[in-house]
Amino acid sequence: MKNCEYQQIDPRALSVAPLSAQSHAEEKARRPRRKWEVFPGKNRFFCDGRLILARQSGVLPLTLGLIVVTCGLFFAFDCPFLVEHLTVFIPVIGGVLVVFVVTSLLRTSFTDPGILPRATADEAADIERQIDTSGSSTYRPPPRTKEILINQQVVKLKYCFTCKMFRPPRTSHCSLCDNCVECFDHHCPWVGNCVGKRNYRFFYSFIISLSFLTSFIFGCVITHITLRSQAGKSIVQAIQESPASVVELVICFFSIWSILGLSGFHTYLVASNLTTNEDIKGSWSSKRGAEDSGNPYSHNNIIINCCVTLCGPMPPSLIDRRGFVPPDEAVPAAPASEMELPPFTAKSDANMCHQSTKDVLERMLNSSDFHGLCPAGTPKTTPLVQEGPASAPAEPPAGCSRPHERGAAARLCRPLSKHSRRDSLHSINPAFRLASPSPSLSRSALILGDAPNMGFVPLR
Amino acid sequence: MAETHSLQDMRQQASIAAKVFIQRDYTNGTMCQFQTKFPSELETRMDKQQFEETVRILNNLYAEAEKLGSQSFFEGCLACLTAYTVFICMETHYEKVLKKIAKYIQEQNDKIYAPRGLLLTDPIERGLRVITIFEDRSFSR
Repeated sequence: MKNCEYQQIDPRALSVAPLSAQSHAEEKARRPRRKWEVFPGKNRFFCDGRLILARQSGVLPLTLGLIVVTCGLFFAFDCPFLVEHLTVFIPVIGGVLVVFVVTSLLRTSFTDPGILPRATADEAADIERQIDTSGSSTYRPPPRTKEILINQQVVKLKYCFTCKMFRPPRTSHCSLCDNCVECFDHHCPWVGNCVGKRNYRFFYSFIISLSFLTSFIFGCVITHITLRSQAGKSIVQAIQESPASVVELVICFFSIWSILGLSGFHTYLVASNLTTNEDIKGSWSSKRGAEDSGNPYSHNNIIINCCVTLCGPMPPSLIDRRGFVPPDEAVPAAPASEMELPPFTAKSDANMCHQSTKDVLERMLNSSDFHGLCPAGTPKTTPLVQEGPASAPAEPPAGCSRPHERGAAARLCRPLSKHSRRDSLHSINPAFRLASPSPSLSRSALILGDAPNMGFVPLR
Repeated sequence: MAETHSLQDMRQQASIAAKVFIQRDYTNGTMCQFQTKFPSELETRMDKQQFEETVRILNNLYAEAEKLGSQSFFEGCLACLTAYTVFICMETHYEKVLKKIAKYIQEQNDKIYAPRGLLLTDPIERGLRVITIFEDRSFSR
């Protein structure tokens, strides 16, 4: 909206542009898109939506690299000696642990953590209606919360402005991924994904198996060097014979403290059915003195808590990545008179602004009866209702040259623009077009909302 | 402000006439349960008992899906032991119950809701946030 400026549009260019946009749009409409392609959060998808990763993959390559390098060095340099002097089970155990670690890591990174799909426009409107009827008359009421009772504990549900819904309990919005995640634990840069309801068990098994692996490798390398130096050589000589062991020692030594610490911490969280998020915020800690804890989700039994978290049923992914976007949610290619919003690139307001300016002016040039739509003294909403998606609603702010009507339209448009700004943000979401029951109404509001920011400046 | 208020109202009335949303009920924690309160918009359209029965059965089905029973426990342990690779070839208990729920909703639509000009949507399509009841617009007003 900030970049809206009046630009002289060449009418001859206009007759060409909409057609090409339309055919391009039609082409897009023909190819069915999968839902992951239009996903609003900051995520990356692989294998046609089967795998999901945060857009900021953090240090996942580093994590994988460290594990692979350390294990590679272990199998190449330490295992032969240890197999010879100890037992053949050492590489077997090591192999099993590596498989566990890598599988858990990949599953943690590439699994949907429990992302909640954003509310459709209808649901958002329904929620807003329920909130607005309870009193507030301003457009942006203070952050909304709803209090509910869970197991005799008062829990506050916060309204998420991005996802347009009240967050379920234990859900938090990850700012890095721009998604609400159920049972949000934390966003882990080491795995490059959020850790939430669906992938917590994988994350837990990753850190537990990694602690075992690092301890195992550390122990084996120490044994290796000790055995070498026992055969009449000094430690320095032993190290010189097997320099890779030092590298492994260093890596394991530094990682073992953090990994073991993390495993212990998460074991405690699992046993008390808490998330890192809740623990850090101290949501239930004030009540800790009283009974087991004030945590309403805890079953007050360590074993049951562990079973629920780790062996509970695997909830399904709610975002349906591989489903197809319904055809009427795609580009509005059909009637030429309808305003064409650039379908999925409409995230920048400036983009939309320029597009709508062009369309407004195009219709102004093509329409023959716009003067009739600037009635003096009548409420400005009536043209909006009656004319629907046709050219009418855009006329008053841009086309009217009579001063008092311009003033009246200005009075109408300015307060509307705030409301339509919200609408325009809604319409960025492609789901809005499907869900909106009265697209004509909302699109008209959008046109009206966009136009006055530009329309009034040059007409003065 | 009067004009903007009426525009907002019209939009809202249009949405109300088209859809009713049954929100989640969190009184038992994070389990998937829906509110059984009969929405006022449906008072003229259908029987309160039938609606409550539908939502109650849906709640029971979701509870069954999320229950920590022996089957899900066994499944969880097996998955843990196989480094979670077993999920690639096996359908989880939850998914099986979701199929049952989809069938139940289809059945309810055919028997009870469609004859009244209403349509129930499967909440999984809305991320288990709401049950949406569509009203056929020709019936409204």
